[in-house]
Amino acid sequence: MIDLIWLILFLAGIVTAMFTGNMSHVANGILKGAESGVELSIGLVSVIALWLGLMNIAERAGAIAWLSRLLRPVARYLFPSVPEDHPAMGAILANMSANLLGIGNAATPLGLKAMKELQTLNPDKDTASDAMCTLLAVNTASITLIPTTVIAFRMQYHSAHPTAVVGTTLIASAIGTMVAIVLDRMYRSIDARRRRHA
Amino acid sequence: MQAVLSSASEWILPLLIGTILVSGYIRKVPIYEAFVEGAKGGFGTSIRLIPHLIAMVVAVSVFRTSGAMDLLVKLLTPALRWLHIPAEVAPMGLLRPISGQGSLAFMIDIFQKHGPDSWLGMLASTMQASSDTTLYILTVYFGSVGITRFRYALKVGLLSDFVSVLASVFAVSLLSGMIHF
Repeated sequence: MIDLIWLILFLAGIVTAMFTGNMSHVANGILKGAESGVELSIGLVSVIALWLGLMNIAERAGAIAWLSRLLRPVARYLFPSVPEDHPAMGAILANMSANLLGIGNAATPLGLKAMKELQTLNPDKDTASDAMCTLLAVNTASITLIPTTVIAFRMQYHSAHPTAVVGTTLIASAIGTMVAIVLDRMYRSIDARRRRHA
Repeated sequence: MQAVLSSASEWILPLLIGTILVSGYIRKVPIYEAFVEGAKGGFGTSIRLIPHLIAMVVAVSVFRTSGAMDLLVKLLTPALRWLHIPAEVAPMGLLRPISGQGSLAFMIDIFQKHGPDSWLGMLASTMQASSDTTLYILTVYFGSVGITRFRYALKVGLLSDFVSVLASVFAVSLLSGMIHF
């Protein structure tokens, strides 16, 4: 998939340039693009390092455990099929907490652990269980508190208000997550009905 | 609403940092040492991004400088107008669920052309930040436990990605005072 997209971007550009006569711009753009790819990545160090440092303090202070306690009633509602004292519940809560804090590197391993635990509860090992679908809906929509990478890129383009995206991101991702949860519920009940009739 | 939203954005980072430091100190975490230890990871994370960003920024740059991007925008504008989605962010929205770095490169392209504080720049920022790489997450999560039948998970993920785009348009309109309550 990614190969095809990458190829299309290049091919569409090169073919268009043949007709528009922009080939010299394209040639320049290739070299400039590579240069800014490197510069931008290195420019990320400041904000990412700051954030990872702060998050390390938060983690060692028990932020994930604290948030997990806070989110427990939400998770109980979202995952009715998971027994409350099952290890899957703990992993799901830790994954949701890490996502909320924007610790991506911690969220993925915790999410994979949750999947492994959910698989032990799954009767049909090749088919996604209801709880797995919900976990993915929550993960792909993921409410974001501080979008560090985007803030770092905004800084590099001399934004007057790099953190202005915090509010809009919170609103947009909260709406996205709520819709994901509603859709997940909706499809779950449609699916359940279809299975009962089959 | 507009004033609340923009001041909330400015308050949240300092307040969050204050809270983290105080709660770390109370919990007897060696906060300075913990900060330095965690911040070290910033180099690795940024350096690992370099090859991805070169690949995608170059591709988007070819797509833009050739005039193909303008052509696509012109083509998509009439269809997207009734949804109030500017066509400039359409390639970003399409790529967001498939490749986070690809949509990031389009966001950078918008920053370059329109500036990060412009309406389009804010929209691109919000779109990039408010959603995740659905296809990647589905593949990795299901793949890790050998699930081959995803049921409705893909449909739910992609539909909510689309809603996130609309929600981003809404949130940025709210911030820029285009919608009043």
